[in-house]
Amino acid sequence: MGILDHHKKIETHATLLLVLSFLVVTIGGIVQIVPLFYLDNTIEKVEGMRPYSPLEIKGREIYLREGCYTCHSQMIRPMRDEVERYGHYSLAAESMYDHPFQWGSKRTGPDLARLGGRYSDDWHVQHMIDPRAVVPESIMPSYGYMMNRVLTREHAEHVQGIMRVYRMLGHPYTDEMIERAVDDFFAQVDEFGDPVADRYPGAQQRNFDGQDAVTEMDAIIAYMQMLGTLVDFETFVPVANR
Amino acid sequence: MWDYIKLAVLGLIVVIAAIAASMARDLPYLVHMLVFIVAAAITFIWVIRRIGEPVPVANQNEYMDGPVRFGVIATAFWGVIGFLVGVVIAFQLAWPELNFEWAQGYLNFGRLRPLHTSAVIFAFGGNALIASAFYVVQRTSAARLWGGGLAWFVFWGYQMFIVMAATGYVLGSTQGNEYAEPEWLTDLWLTIVWVAFLLVFMGTIIKRREPHIYVANWFYMAFIVTVAMLHLVNNLAIPVSVFGSKSVPVWSGVQSAMIQWWYGHNAVGFFLTAGFLGMMYYFIPKQAERPVYSYKLSIMHFWALIFLYIWAGPHHLHYTALPDWAQTLGMTFSIMLWMPSWGGMINGLMTLSGAWDKLRTDPIIRMMVVSVGFYGMATFEGPMMSIKAVNSLSHYTDWTIGHVHSGALGWNGMITFGMLYYLVPKLWQRQGLYSLRLVSWHFWLATIGIVLYAASMWVTGIMEGLMWREVDAQGFLVNSFADTVAAKFPMYVVRGLGGVLFLLGAIIMCYNLWKTVTSSPERKPAPAAAAVPAE
Repeated sequence: MGILDHHKKIETHATLLLVLSFLVVTIGGIVQIVPLFYLDNTIEKVEGMRPYSPLEIKGREIYLREGCYTCHSQMIRPMRDEVERYGHYSLAAESMYDHPFQWGSKRTGPDLARLGGRYSDDWHVQHMIDPRAVVPESIMPSYGYMMNRVLTREHAEHVQGIMRVYRMLGHPYTDEMIERAVDDFFAQVDEFGDPVADRYPGAQQRNFDGQDAVTEMDAIIAYMQMLGTLVDFETFVPVANR
Repeated sequence: MWDYIKLAVLGLIVVIAAIAASMARDLPYLVHMLVFIVAAAITFIWVIRRIGEPVPVANQNEYMDGPVRFGVIATAFWGVIGFLVGVVIAFQLAWPELNFEWAQGYLNFGRLRPLHTSAVIFAFGGNALIASAFYVVQRTSAARLWGGGLAWFVFWGYQMFIVMAATGYVLGSTQGNEYAEPEWLTDLWLTIVWVAFLLVFMGTIIKRREPHIYVANWFYMAFIVTVAMLHLVNNLAIPVSVFGSKSVPVWSGVQSAMIQWWYGHNAVGFFLTAGFLGMMYYFIPKQAERPVYSYKLSIMHFWALIFLYIWAGPHHLHYTALPDWAQTLGMTFSIMLWMPSWGGMINGLMTLSGAWDKLRTDPIIRMMVVSVGFYGMATFEGPMMSIKAVNSLSHYTDWTIGHVHSGALGWNGMITFGMLYYLVPKLWQRQGLYSLRLVSWHFWLATIGIVLYAASMWVTGIMEGLMWREVDAQGFLVNSFADTVAAKFPMYVVRGLGGVLFLLGAIIMCYNLWKTVTSSPERKPAPAAAAVPAE
């Protein structure tokens, strides 16, 4: 084993060992990660994807905060049973505005990638307050406290701040969208308010939790009701070389 | 003079943190600023009380074992906390009523789960790694730790990181990336601590008196530098406000998924494998009083392991929206990874050649051997699960959880317990452990606990995977999702019991180690030339 004798040079030289190990561990990441940023077919071109509305952002923040991703995936794999159970398989484009992605790694509960529109708002409210009232076998924790968490202007302004960062990172928010973020935040829970869908096509606008106050429950349901509803699958053509 | 500069800096930190705390936009941020204030204030008082007193000059021919001793205590402490939280969330999955109504905003499963994973991986595992790295690098380099008090900064700074991460999770501050949940402020703090760790470690190696760098140190070195790289890239984020805990990670969608699992899998590969192999390469030969089995195997499996591991991430993303080429690469390299992994296992196990009889008499070596055995099983199971066809069944199920735990409890846990049993009598100058019988009790409780855990998760994982995909003759799905949840209940109870046994073993260990320090007879101090090469 002649070649291994030369290892003496490396193992007697601390800096050399450090630099070489570092070089060796960078290769895999470079090969796997860098092309994802420039290969055209990484993210499909689809109709309908748009950045989140302010209230949906708040809902997504709550989703992260509660660690929903520890039990729910948002990634339908292209297998017969999954497509049957959850709907069309997930596209890369559908999470392009997710910082970070929420594909998840575990289905202690069902996949949520196409949750939007599957259940009524009332069902969601009941389910969040007492999951076992609607699904007896469920082991999900209760989240009734969100009914009492009132959202104020301060929360809306925080979301506006998040939108500014999103724009920095390349989300197509217009000046108008950012300027009107606080108004849109509250308008989306008011059926007769200024239509948010003008700026966020497909955004659903109503009083989600049935209470007068705007609460975290409104936000989380607004988020859940839009999950997986944006892409127009009639115009979607799968790319063969992906 | 130096002391006054220190005081000025610490005072400044208190003032800045106090200003930031008063501007805080959310509770986690406020709590974290208070952590800074308290830590800086305590250090301030500590420095000021010592001012003007003659500074004892450290004997460069003596090892610096203070931070190692504290690290050993912290390892045992966080271990018990981490296992305890694990038991709690295991039972939360069996009996959801344990997500108490009054603690909804704090102690629901979704918030405790990151607390459990971080406590076990980063608090228990991290402290074990830092303490053992500091111990091993000194012995194998015949040199005192470099950097004076910097090692103390690494220890206390790391505990601060743990406290910040843990309070953040409970208060709902998270980036939403598994195993990389802490927000930007905590991440920045960890970066500082980690750089200090690298400096202390490298500094000690550079001033070594041994010509060769011992193999354990290669692994520690690769672990420290790779974790630094992974941590920095995966946690790149833009804070929404410098006075708030919330930040937006710069990566999104597919790229975010790929980078996250590049990070996540190598948290396993470098934190829980390379670092712990460093531990194995020192403590098993020492405890067995045998040299490492094969030097050539060490070289080959070291380079192969660190090169291949980095590629394995995409096997967490099989059949997802990640492009196929990346998935295939991930699978291929994961399967190849089996070989260097078993290279390590063989090197560890065969080190016992000629000393196998010790298995009967020495429960510590038994623990270490079982640990390497679990390492071998987990690193066979992993490549198998990374095959796409297998993964299509196992992904999203409890099988993955079982796999992780046979690695974490079996390999990381057992080797750490072995290390603690080896170190405590040495560090506190005792003749031996308080009770070997209790070590045996710990060994059997932990082993039976792991078997219950892994077996129950194999059953639930494969069962739910098969139930999800079952279709009847007409082509309709047979089971609703809720059916599969209900079917798992008995195994969830078994898993929880396995966790209880494992926790019980760890508590027995703490008692045993405590009694060792307090009531075991003292060992006569070693002759003056303490810094003897250990190779």
